[in-house]
Amino acid sequence: MLEADNLECVRGERRLFAGLGFQLEAGELLYLQGKNGAGKTSLLRMLIGLLPPEAGEIRWRGKAIRQQSDEFRADLCYLGHLNAIKEELTPLENLLAAARLADETLSEDDAIDALEQVGLAGREDLACKYLSQGQKRRVALARLVKEKRPLWILDEPFVALDVAAVDWLAGIISGHLQRGGLAVMTTHQLVDIAAGRVRELRLS
Amino acid sequence: MLKIVMAVITRDLKLAMRRQADIVSALFFFIIVVSLFPLGVGPEPDLLRKLAPGVLWVAALLATMLSLPRLFADDHRDGTLEQLALAPYPLGLVVTGKVIAHWLVSGLPLALIAPVLGIQFDLSADALLVLTLAILLGTPALSGIGAIGAALTLGLRGGGVLLSLLVLPLYIPVLIFGAGAVDATVTGLGGEGHLSLLAALTFASIGFAPWASAAALKIALE
Repeated sequence: MLEADNLECVRGERRLFAGLGFQLEAGELLYLQGKNGAGKTSLLRMLIGLLPPEAGEIRWRGKAIRQQSDEFRADLCYLGHLNAIKEELTPLENLLAAARLADETLSEDDAIDALEQVGLAGREDLACKYLSQGQKRRVALARLVKEKRPLWILDEPFVALDVAAVDWLAGIISGHLQRGGLAVMTTHQLVDIAAGRVRELRLS
Repeated sequence: MLKIVMAVITRDLKLAMRRQADIVSALFFFIIVVSLFPLGVGPEPDLLRKLAPGVLWVAALLATMLSLPRLFADDHRDGTLEQLALAPYPLGLVVTGKVIAHWLVSGLPLALIAPVLGIQFDLSADALLVLTLAILLGTPALSGIGAIGAALTLGLRGGGVLLSLLVLPLYIPVLIFGAGAVDATVTGLGGEGHLSLLAALTFASIGFAPWASAAALKIALE
């Protein structure tokens, strides 16, 4: 479903990678590995369409993502380094606003349920600026709980999480894969995720 | 399509309400700058009436400039701009929502307070009405054109000064027709022509500016 063909990435004067390609089908997980600066985040930003590749093409459901950007983004859920939450809004408002902007339907009960699952019960109505770094990360991750879109692209999702939260997130991701979703993620720590098939791609 | 614009507007308005200091400080800046002139040039009604349109408009331009650097910078810093760019709609629509929200919290309050400030300049009731209309019609263009500058200078160090240098020259047509409308009313020529031109500028910039800003934002996000 997601195919990358002969991708080349140049940042500044440096070529980070060239001739990179892979294929990912429903239910499959792709681990991106590599040293700092190997181009993992750049590759993810290419896959979500924010960074045009120097050469090569990315296809989603057989069609180049550049030619179907709105349809492709309707299938895409991206979680980056930054939490993309607003400090002034409460966790609940953040979740609801994110869902509205992504054109998804998320009821208030579902959002509260998602926040409970990430351990923020009772803090739904506290502005996010009063939360700790780890809690803010959990607000960002709470988006994944009710996420129905098939393609998840996650940049270092396990960073700053405690052991229990890592297990919980691994469960959420494998649930997504079992429903026939796809996931691409970068990570430095290998986490056991039950998936139909796990592929690994090492950038060097 | 309308849904995404509305979603962005409600989000931005909610954020603005949580950060009222920003709105209030731009508004007070406008009030103080405008009020300094009668104090500085002395209480001569003829002179003040002549100065009024220009002073009010220049102050409105500068007050709008105050809030522009943060139009995209906050969203850029916390990562929400990426998510907005990944919404399953053209980015231009998202920016349209942001421009409208920016006008509601920066341009609209200026228009509402302008007639009160105009009294200090001994403007007639007719002139005050035209002044309010002109600011109401002209400030959306300021938000639209400003969005292009804010998008182009996003993420640059010292972007604030560069933003003023980029945007203020582009505000000149709005300034000329806006001040001209009040001038023409004061001299008895009637400001309708100027107001129509202001409306045209506003429609053109609300229609065109978001797409230009969106193109600049995409480059900033690469």
